[in-house]
Amino acid sequence: MNRSLRFLPLLVLLAFVGAVAWRLSSPADEKIESKMIGRTIPAFALAPAVPGKAGLSSKDLGSGKPRMINVFASWCVPCIAEAPLLAELKAKGIPIDAIAVRDRPADVAEFLAQRGDPFERIGADPESRAQLALGSSGVPETFIVDGAGIIRYQHMGPIEPDDLPVLVAQWEAAK
Amino acid sequence: MRYLLALLLIFAGPALADSSLPPALWANEQLPDPRQEAKAKALMEELRCLVCQGQSIADSNAELAGDMRAMVRQRIAAGEPPEQVRSWLIERYGDWVSYRPPLEPVTWPLWAAPVLLLAAGAFLLRKRLVRRRG
Repeated sequence: MNRSLRFLPLLVLLAFVGAVAWRLSSPADEKIESKMIGRTIPAFALAPAVPGKAGLSSKDLGSGKPRMINVFASWCVPCIAEAPLLAELKAKGIPIDAIAVRDRPADVAEFLAQRGDPFERIGADPESRAQLALGSSGVPETFIVDGAGIIRYQHMGPIEPDDLPVLVAQWEAAK
Repeated sequence: MRYLLALLLIFAGPALADSSLPPALWANEQLPDPRQEAKAKALMEELRCLVCQGQSIADSNAELAGDMRAMVRQRIAAGEPPEQVRSWLIERYGDWVSYRPPLEPVTWPLWAAPVLLLAAGAFLLRKRLVRRRG
């Protein structure tokens, strides 16, 4: 065998170790974006999540004005962190609806009493069906649906102060 | 004190970010019709969990995986073909959600790799055998 080829296996091994070390040091983004962005909101009709407030149906969306949908749960800790920021978005005149994933009416009511309630409608999604239909893979997530009922934007994870201008701009763009 | 700590640890519940609702019906129950259950099981083993990425929904204990299993079983029990359920999920989460990659230009290297590696192995083996005979 050619002498220069002697170190080929070692080089292959080093390349492999290098590739693995690189991936370990900079993990891939594990967020799974919804493929529904740019498409009409899938049909769903959710019962009210709390007494005294309307549930959420896909027909409530796409009524001429862009709206936000916050996918949240009373058992979700990051949802507590984003609650004041949702209140800020509401104060800016953005209508926000919500989907409460795998939740009990009493728990949702307690969460809203403690953390504030910026939502116009809240639909109960006890088996994550609407969440799956939207292509959402966790809580919290926030979608922007335009006046024609087309999903324009998805924010994954809790809203942080830096995200507010982006969300407002996306909402303005969806008008 | 050490015993007390150990005792407390035994009874400590992990702080799970999970809901208080029980698993959905059909998340952990088998369908009464064994043929439908077999179809559902085969599909569940090829769908990726959105939470514990790298596990199938058949293996994952995540609540969302339970809800996905319930959905798969309910839709297959309603007579929907498994491939339709798979494509419904691919429509929402992309090819990523299925463990069966489609054959398309992006995935050609993936499908070609075993053939190429086998060919390379055969080539090396042949060289070695020929030399030994000589």
